[in-house]
Amino acid sequence: MKLATLFMTCLSGLVRNPMRAALTVLGIVIGIAAVVAIYEIGEGSKKQVADKFSSMGANVVNVYGASVSTAGVSSGMGGRASLYAEDADVIMKECSDMVTAASPCVRTSGQVIVGNQNWSPRTITGGNEHYLKIEGWKIATGNGFNKAQVEEAARVCLIGNTIAKNLYAGQDPIGQEIRIKDVVFTVIGVLDTKGADGMGNDQDDCLILPWTSIRTRLTGGGGAAVIGKGGAANSTTSVSSTSTFSTSAVNFYPGADLQPYTNAPHPLRTRTVDSLLVQVKEGVEPNTAMDAMTPVLRRQHQLEPGVLDDFEMRDRSQFVKMMNETTSTISSLLVAVAMISLVVGGVGIMNIMMVSVTERTREIGLRMAVGARPRDIMWQFLLEAVLLCLCGGVIGIGLGRLASIFVSSKMGWPTATSVEAMVLSVSVAAAIGIVFGWYPAWKASKLDPIDALHHE
Amino acid sequence: MIELKNITKVYHLGEIDLPVLKGISLRIEDGEFVSLTGASGSGKSTLMNILGCLDHPSGGEYWIDGKNVAGLNANQRARLRNQRIGFVFQNFNLLPRTSALENVMMPAYYAHPARTTKEIRKRALELIDLVGLTERMHHTPAQLSGGQQQRVAIARSLINNPGILLADEPTGNLDSTTSVEVMNMFRELNRKQGITVIIVTHDPKTAAFTDRAINMCDGLILEGVAEELSAKLIK
Repeated sequence: MKLATLFMTCLSGLVRNPMRAALTVLGIVIGIAAVVAIYEIGEGSKKQVADKFSSMGANVVNVYGASVSTAGVSSGMGGRASLYAEDADVIMKECSDMVTAASPCVRTSGQVIVGNQNWSPRTITGGNEHYLKIEGWKIATGNGFNKAQVEEAARVCLIGNTIAKNLYAGQDPIGQEIRIKDVVFTVIGVLDTKGADGMGNDQDDCLILPWTSIRTRLTGGGGAAVIGKGGAANSTTSVSSTSTFSTSAVNFYPGADLQPYTNAPHPLRTRTVDSLLVQVKEGVEPNTAMDAMTPVLRRQHQLEPGVLDDFEMRDRSQFVKMMNETTSTISSLLVAVAMISLVVGGVGIMNIMMVSVTERTREIGLRMAVGARPRDIMWQFLLEAVLLCLCGGVIGIGLGRLASIFVSSKMGWPTATSVEAMVLSVSVAAAIGIVFGWYPAWKASKLDPIDALHHE
Repeated sequence: MIELKNITKVYHLGEIDLPVLKGISLRIEDGEFVSLTGASGSGKSTLMNILGCLDHPSGGEYWIDGKNVAGLNANQRARLRNQRIGFVFQNFNLLPRTSALENVMMPAYYAHPARTTKEIRKRALELIDLVGLTERMHHTPAQLSGGQQQRVAIARSLINNPGILLADEPTGNLDSTTSVEVMNMFRELNRKQGITVIIVTHDPKTAAFTDRAINMCDGLILEGVAEELSAKLIK
C-alpha cells in the first residue's frame, strides 16, 4: 500500500469517528500543553535569573588581594592590600585580546546628606572611567565621570535611583550638592534602575564615585588610626576587633610597604585598592582570561617564582551558572511530572485503540479478505495512533502556548518561547503513538480473516 | 481453472480431531457459473474459505490456473486473493460512513504493483456505472438500500479485475425481488465478462440461477442436483 494512500486511509478512519478521536487525544493534549507551559515558564525564570545577573555585570572577573594571616588569624580573601590601581591599566594593556575593560574598585560606607535629608547608601563604590560599563550600569540622566576626573579625584558622583528618590524627591539631582561623609560632592548623573540583584539586594541604593575621590577624600577619617605597619593590624586606638576586617574600612589593610599613616593623603596608600574588576571579552572563557592575567599580575607585583600569588581571582559567572542549574533542576522536575501525564494520555490512546480494533474487527476482516496483508493492517492502526498523538501534540502546543501567555500577562510570570519544548513534545507524542499504538495494531494484524469477517 | 484434489480439512478442538472436509475433488472451468449448496454443517463454508484462499487445507492440492496454492503462507494468500478473487458477502461488509465510491476503490489500494489513485478512481466509476449506482456513488452504506449495498459490494469485488467471483449467501439478506436482480447481475457478469462465479447458498431458488450445482453433504460432494433444479425453474 502506498504511503499516501495509507495516510488517507488512517485519516478517514479517524474522521469517521471525530468525537472518539477528540476524546482519545484529550489526554495527550493536556499532557503536551502541561509540558510546553511548564517548559516555557521554566525557560522564562532561567532567563530572568540570567538577566538579573547580567545586570550585576556579566562576564566579569573579580581580583582580590590574597588573604593574610596575622598571629594565626586569617583575614580571609582580600585581606592583603596587594592590588594597585595600575594593575588594572596593565591588565587592560597586556591582555587586550581577552579583556575589554578593567577598573580598580574601592568601597566605603557612610552617611550622605542633602539639605535636611540624610541616607546611608547600601554601597559607596569607586572605580575608574570604565567602571560603569563593566558593572552594566546605564545612566538615566547626566553623565558619567571621565578619565581626567578620576585622575584629579574630582568631587563628583553618580547616584542610584533609590537615593535620587529618597534625597531629591521630585527635584532634578543633576548639578546639586551632596555631602558624603561631610565632604561636598556634585551629582553629575543618575543611574538607570537595575532593580534587585539575584539575592534580593537593591542595586539602586548605591553611590558611584571616582575611586581616587574615595581614597583621597573619604576614607581618610575614621579608619586612620588602625593602619598598621609591617602587616600587623594593630590597634592603637579604640577600634573594636569586630571591625578589624570590615570590608568598608579600607585602611585596615596592612600593607607591608606602608609607612605610618599621616593625616595627609598618602601617595602609597591611595594606590592600593580593594579589588579589581575585569570585564572579559564576549566569547572568551573567564578561566582563559584568568590564566592570562595571572602572570601579568605576578610580574607587576614582582613576585619571585615559587612565591604564592598575592591575589585571588573569582569568576562571577560561576554564580550565574549555579543559579541556572538550580532553576533547570526545578523545571526539569516539573517537566518530568508533566511527562507522567503524557504517559497516562498514552495509556488512554492504547485503550481506545484496543476498543477501535475490536469495534472494527469486521473492517479488518474485510480488508484482509480483499488482499491486505497483516503488515498493512498493522501499519494502518499504528499510523492512526501516531496521527492521533501528533494531532494531540499540535493542539497541546497551542494550548500550552496560550497557558504560558496567560500566565505571563495575568500573573506577570516571566516566560520564554521554547522551540526545544515544542520539538521535544511532538517527538514524545509521536513516540507515545508508536509505543502505545503498537500493541493494538499488532493485535489487529494477528486477526484471522475468517473469524474477523464473521465477528458480530 | 480451479482444481481441487482430495482436499481435507480437520479442525483440532482440544484433543478431538473434527474432520470437516473429507476429501473433496472438484474441477471448475474458467467462465463457469456454479453454486455450492448444502445444509449447514455440510462443510460448504469451510470449502468456500479454502476456495477463497482465506484458509489453507489440511491436506490435498488446490490448483488455481495451474499453480498449487495449498501451501501458500498468509502474505502470499493475501496477494492471491487481491489479484484473482473477488468477494461478495451476505452482510455486504461495506465500510461504514464511507462513500460507495470509496468502498469500491478500497481493495485496489492493496494491489501490487501499486496503482495510482486516479486510475483506481476511473475503474471504480466504470464499475459503479455498471451496477447502476452512478447517482448514488457519494452515498454512505447507511443511505443505501440492501440491494444497492450489495451492488456496491459487487462493484467492489470487481475492482482488481479478478478471474473468480466468490459470493457467500449474496441474497441471504435481500428480499426476493432484489435477490433476482442481484442474481441476474451475477449471471450477466458471468456471461458477458467470462468471470467464473461461485455462489455459496443454501437457498435452492438462488442456486437455480446457476449452471451447475455442487451439493455438499457431510464434507463430501453430491453432484448434479442443481442442474435439474435450474432446468425446472428457468424454463
